[in-house]
Amino acid sequence: MSFLDYFRQKKSTAAVAKERLQIIVARERATRGGPDYLPQLQEELLLVIRKYVHVDPDAVKIQLDKEGDCEILELNVTLPESSGRAS
Amino acid sequence: MARIIVVTSGKGGVGKTTTSAAFATGLALAGHKTVVIDFDVGLRNLDLIMGCERRVVYDFVNVINGEANLNQALIKDKRVDNLCILPASQTRDKEALTQEGVGRVLEELAKDFDYIVCDSPAGIERGALMAAYYADDAIVVTNPEVSSVRDSDRIIGILSSKTRRAERGEEPVTVKLLITRYAPGRVQKGEMLSVNDVQEILAIDLLGVIPESKAVLQASNQGQPVILDTASDAGQAYQDAVARYLGEERPHRFLTEKKGFLGRLFGS
Repeated sequence: MSFLDYFRQKKSTAAVAKERLQIIVARERATRGGPDYLPQLQEELLLVIRKYVHVDPDAVKIQLDKEGDCEILELNVTLPESSGRAS
Repeated sequence: MARIIVVTSGKGGVGKTTTSAAFATGLALAGHKTVVIDFDVGLRNLDLIMGCERRVVYDFVNVINGEANLNQALIKDKRVDNLCILPASQTRDKEALTQEGVGRVLEELAKDFDYIVCDSPAGIERGALMAAYYADDAIVVTNPEVSSVRDSDRIIGILSSKTRRAERGEEPVTVKLLITRYAPGRVQKGEMLSVNDVQEILAIDLLGVIPESKAVLQASNQGQPVILDTASDAGQAYQDAVARYLGEERPHRFLTEKKGFLGRLFGS
């Protein structure tokens, strides 16, 4: 830390780069290795679910796990607290 | 049994060929029989960096297609014993690299050499996939810059899923990080990602850090692997990286910029 750094309070561009990278890399890792149809499947499932319940796009999580020879497609929908029918 | 090393990065222009040339030369200087293969079919450049461009007669694709045998295509380095270059073809497209053909050539090279260094093309197309497929070890070359780091992460994913070792469920490819074009002064000013930043994001072992150096361009101008410039910072950093790869422990140098008293005070 040098004397002049006391006057340079703005966040460094390197820190911004690191933050952006951490976010994008985490997102890309989450979808990596899955079949290509996974994002579209998620979108279409979401459309169907929203026909009946009001849910946030982020409330639907699709995950593909591998256990030995078995692949497990996990679909998680967080319903809103008053999970009444869409009117 | 020979060890197959792929030098890869995803992004272009980060220093794969410079690294392949330096690393192969370093391994040969350490007494290991080494061959370096250019996988960039259509855009060959390793021959220029190694300074043997005028001695290319037959190439990798000729050998795969059975139009020449290995001895006809291999170019023996004139400076370093134990070192050979297998150039890429200039004319054919990347589809010429078949998995079976590449495997056959590597198997034959493995009989005569201790190390096979595969210089991968940029991208994640066939050439890059073939360079990585048979690898035992991978050196991921990364610049401290957002697009390079992101592409490196993609390549690390491919190394863990699309290699022979991954397909066979064998011990995974050993993946090591080599940061190139590092400018410590800019890191200190907060203008460039630090070694720790890059390592934290990619989460792989660090093999070495090559500083941004005038010596790299001067070496390529002359067709001389930069590791032979033993007085240069980049040359020494590559020597350290090769020694570390061979199991020696060496401290990382060139991570800070030497500054005088005024420089430290004003941080310029």
